Amino acid sequence: MTEKIITIREALSSALREEMLRDERVFIMGEEVGVWGGTYAVTRGFLDEFGARRVRDTPISEMVIAGAAVGAAMAGLRPVAEIMTINFAFVAMDAIVNHMAKVRYMFNGQFTVPMVIRTTTGGGKQLAATHSHAPEVIFAHFPGMYVAVPGTAYDAKGMLKAAIRDDNPVLFVEHSTMLQRRSPVPVDDPDFLLPIGKSDIKRTGKDVTIVTYQKGLEWSTQAAEMLAQEGIEAEIIDLRWLRPLDLEPVFESVKKTNRAVIVEESLPMFNVGAEVAAQLQEQVFDYLDAPVKRVSAMDQPLPYAANIELMALPDAQKVVKAVKEVL
Amino acid sequence: MAAPKKDTLLDWYRQMVLIRRFEEKCAELYQQGKIGGFLHLYIGQEATGVGVVSALRDHDHIITAYRDHGIALAKGMEPRRVMAEMLGKRTGTSGGKGGSMHLADREKRFWGGHGIVGGHLPLAAGIALKARYLEQDEVVVALMGDGATNIGYFHESLNLSAVWDLPVVWLIENNGYGMGTAVERASGQPELVKRAIAYGMREGPRVDGMDVLAVHEAVSEAIAYAAKHGPVLMESLTYRFEGHSMGDPQRYRSKDEVARYAEGDPIGRFRTYLDGKFKNVLPELDEIERQVQATIAEAVEFAENSPEPTYEDLVSFVYA
Repeated sequence: MTEKIITIREALSSALREEMLRDERVFIMGEEVGVWGGTYAVTRGFLDEFGARRVRDTPISEMVIAGAAVGAAMAGLRPVAEIMTINFAFVAMDAIVNHMAKVRYMFNGQFTVPMVIRTTTGGGKQLAATHSHAPEVIFAHFPGMYVAVPGTAYDAKGMLKAAIRDDNPVLFVEHSTMLQRRSPVPVDDPDFLLPIGKSDIKRTGKDVTIVTYQKGLEWSTQAAEMLAQEGIEAEIIDLRWLRPLDLEPVFESVKKTNRAVIVEESLPMFNVGAEVAAQLQEQVFDYLDAPVKRVSAMDQPLPYAANIELMALPDAQKVVKAVKEVL
Repeated sequence: MAAPKKDTLLDWYRQMVLIRRFEEKCAELYQQGKIGGFLHLYIGQEATGVGVVSALRDHDHIITAYRDHGIALAKGMEPRRVMAEMLGKRTGTSGGKGGSMHLADREKRFWGGHGIVGGHLPLAAGIALKARYLEQDEVVVALMGDGATNIGYFHESLNLSAVWDLPVVWLIENNGYGMGTAVERASGQPELVKRAIAYGMREGPRVDGMDVLAVHEAVSEAIAYAAKHGPVLMESLTYRFEGHSMGDPQRYRSKDEVARYAEGDPIGRFRTYLDGKFKNVLPELDEIERQVQATIAEAVEFAENSPEPTYEDLVSFVYA
């Protein structure tokens, strides 16, 4: 298998393109996906290649972008709807939570909803409070749908292809500041798929388990390198999916390290760390040698000014500090 | 339009009576505590439901909101399985998981039965998109109450359908009230069909929703238009004789008003029409009434004797 180092943007783009070539029922709809080429340039060139039937620009109408995708999926198509940023997904909350995720159950399996909503998340770009969230955990609250949070180009490609082929609705969350990140990705395998709901050990270590995803993966990796210089070996587990949430590797890791730190960009109240910490005490309480620590954004809205925005977000130093507190 | 044959007209009559008696029985079972949750009766609106469904071609689709029993029965869903759903039984059309507001039959192209006001409107657009995408000659008829015209879903869905030329007949079942708020108190432009102008779509008629023939004809025309040219917005002016849902004290309207509308009862009107059109038809209509009563009795018996859902039902169909 040939691998090539590509960006997350290229990985997403090639995943979409391959799936559209493979299956005529797959199409794209959303704001600026066509003529503009995607606000993050993921669908650049798609309109020329696939035409306006399969690359559909929509009005600024998140409720109907999500809701019409649900209807099209129920009727047998496989929409990939794009909601420009997850901040705008709040406008479509009812379509996503009440319809996309529930329509199958409520009608006792009469309907299947094979669709993906792609969206971007994350702060750190001086966009002020309403545009600076990493609130994907909210959507992970609801059964009936999946939430994908890839942190590398390799994962982005294999997970997006798997999401498009799966018969369940997937909210596919991409981090807006990570699209240029590069990693080796298989390029000549049109069936390169990663399993739905599997976390991944991104770094092995014996001293502490860091549970994280997406931007947190970056901070944690930097922190692990800093800690390594002091002889502390951190194991990093990338969740990759918030639902299904795969914590088995986390439990196994904590049995070995006896310490856990959870790192994420979301707000601290009721976040991923809260869930992981609760499950750790349920499953591996006897193995824990220290309280589970969480690193997240501060519990307040994000500001515009760069210096105080960064203050409110996690970073590698904050991860290092948390790790040292549990050692 | 060629006048429908006698058999067809009598079948419409049968459907209207079936809906009426079914709803009366539901009210009774609700009072007895056998039906739970919300119960929104279709009594008074039968001519609209039957007129719309009779206008659908075989491959057309229909979707509606939570006042859905009439559409389900007119679409030919089995009364006993619909009744079993009311009673929360595992033989129900949604296995007892959906209840009164969530009836659907995928095979019959009836897409529900949806409980969130306006939430089904984008679904209608999406189903119509499937037809356009695959170049199929199919139309979606999306029913909604007058109250749904003031939620954002309405605006976004109608606009998208116009931009994409989707084959949808947007049909407002205007029964005068969104819950207890009169249309004039809720809409700056109470002539709701005029909103079509804002979307650059075909402004359909405001049809007399208490006249099954008029509804049938107007919807048939709208479907023919939508199949060729894109979306239509139309209204069926109707009236619900019962409250918004069971337990509605109806402080927002007078008994006189309800009585006035009851004089124009769509079933009574249709019966008079049939009596004028066909000789000695009344005994046939009475026989239909008896058959319907038997159907309802059988439906209730089936539902009452059906098993309740199990743990396996509770946890099934969360995911595909």
